[in-house]
Amino acid sequence: MTLTLRKPAPTPPAPASAGAPARRAPARPGTVLLRVLTYCALAALAVAVIYPLCWMALSGLKANAEIFSSPWDLPAHPRWGTYADAWNQGVLGYLLNSVLVTAASVVAVVLISAWAAYGLTRLDIPCSQPALLLVLGAMMLSPTVALVPLSQLLQALHIFNTYWALIVLYTAFKVPFTTFLIRAYLLGQPVEVEEAARIDGASRRQVFWRIVVPMARPILASAAVLQALFAWNEYAFALVFITDDRLKTLPVGLADLAGRLNSDWPMLFAGLTIAALPMIVVFLVAQRHFVRGLSEGIGK
Amino acid sequence: MKRRRRFGHALYAAPALALIALFVYYPIVENIRLSLFKFSVFQPGTRYVGLENYRQALQDPVFWKALSNNVCYAAASVVFQVGAALVLAAVLEAVIGRRLRGVLRTVYFIPAAVSMTVAGLLFRFLYQPDAGLVNDALRAVGLDGAARDWLGETATSIWGVISMSQWQSFGYTTMLLTVAIQRIPRELYEAATVDGAGRVRTFFTVTVPMVREMTTLLVILTVSQAFLVFNEVMVMTGGGPSNSSQVLGTWLYASAFTGDDMGYAAAIGTVMFLLTFAAGILQLIHSRRKAVAV
Repeated sequence: MTLTLRKPAPTPPAPASAGAPARRAPARPGTVLLRVLTYCALAALAVAVIYPLCWMALSGLKANAEIFSSPWDLPAHPRWGTYADAWNQGVLGYLLNSVLVTAASVVAVVLISAWAAYGLTRLDIPCSQPALLLVLGAMMLSPTVALVPLSQLLQALHIFNTYWALIVLYTAFKVPFTTFLIRAYLLGQPVEVEEAARIDGASRRQVFWRIVVPMARPILASAAVLQALFAWNEYAFALVFITDDRLKTLPVGLADLAGRLNSDWPMLFAGLTIAALPMIVVFLVAQRHFVRGLSEGIGK
Repeated sequence: MKRRRRFGHALYAAPALALIALFVYYPIVENIRLSLFKFSVFQPGTRYVGLENYRQALQDPVFWKALSNNVCYAAASVVFQVGAALVLAAVLEAVIGRRLRGVLRTVYFIPAAVSMTVAGLLFRFLYQPDAGLVNDALRAVGLDGAARDWLGETATSIWGVISMSQWQSFGYTTMLLTVAIQRIPRELYEAATVDGAGRVRTFFTVTVPMVREMTTLLVILTVSQAFLVFNEVMVMTGGGPSNSSQVLGTWLYASAFTGDDMGYAAAIGTVMFLLTFAAGILQLIHSRRKAVAV
């Protein structure tokens, strides 16, 4: 029984039975009023948060003059064509670039970090302590401070102004954090299955792919979601290291588009909505992995 | 034989180490070296100037303006993304039913899934002097005098950017703080209730001390993030008008790629590095201490 070998769980978090934390005090009139006020305040905050985004999506359906004359109203005659125009104005191209760069860096960062985490937790590697320090220490170094040397380096490697520049940098700067995440997870998992597989004659590679990867799937998914969010939204590197308009990713492309369109606000809002939607959908679908990744990463 | 196997094992960590060494460590070190030179992309050759670039920074009013904007950014972020978010998370946990609580948390988080660029461009319109919703709303409630060109005036430009970024990010920290609050043993709350403590009392005597780990960590993280701000300022104001909303990141960018003063930009980068590195060290000490305690 592998289960018994795991460290005694420090008081398993009580299954959050309905309303557990809210030990309801006997309702006094004052409390009821307070409760109503709290609900109102929270609802108002929710509206303040979400309204600008809905407004943005709706404004993409309006005529330009309408945005200025009746900003608060629903579009009188929804113009779906604006969305199609924005799409053709270059948003499609930027979107594809973003998808490519994001997908490539997600795959690279998960793979490379999983290898590193596996190596550093399960294998006997020479100088593993200094190597671990080197990886985890890099979490403290922040990307944007070294724009000048990085642009020289990318030029020397002949990948300046290519997809590779972004893929490589997005991967390199998130490998430390992702490795940390996966390593923490692996340390909490029993090694018995892996050892048994080794005794049965499985190679290291087989153990990694057939046992470690499937076992770590939840944390790998969290890492992938977090990396997607980062790569999809990254701006500074994409601004400085990509000069060819055809290679630009969404954040930079949209900022360009805003300058180019000048005052065609509906088109811009349509473009912004198209850009915002994919990540909102990813978040809503993968919320569990999101929250998990966030909280694991920040430290328990 | 054994040595060869260990060498083979090292291959698992090799890609990570190589990438990090080349693209993270090397540029930082190189940046410090470059900060001691004067050079331009258009002219070959570099000139060693020692600490001249740092002296230039000390005498550069824009550098100081940028630094003070970063400090304002950090202060506002700590108040809203740690302080207000903690109150919000606690209220959500204590007062609201489970189903609704999840919905609200999700709603508050959504802006964080939207990119800074999208949010920045959207808010650039919302802040518009005559058509923007912010001024429109102010006029609607009779505060006509408060309406202004938020991003176009030197007094308010950086605050316009800061407010947008609080709107965008507080849901993220609320989510993290919720997770921390959920880890607090329920018995503590029950004990507080038995002792007759009210909600506010319970918040200060149970919730706040019990999530101190997380809040300390979040303070360190938000402060170091505030010194790296780039995207939103670039998109919303470009550092203007007349450098009033410049931050270190955008001033670095402007110095390097429009001012063509690469060495100076590298010096600004080194200053940013030292500030965030200090925050990183604090974080490390903090997590180390905690690891020992557990």
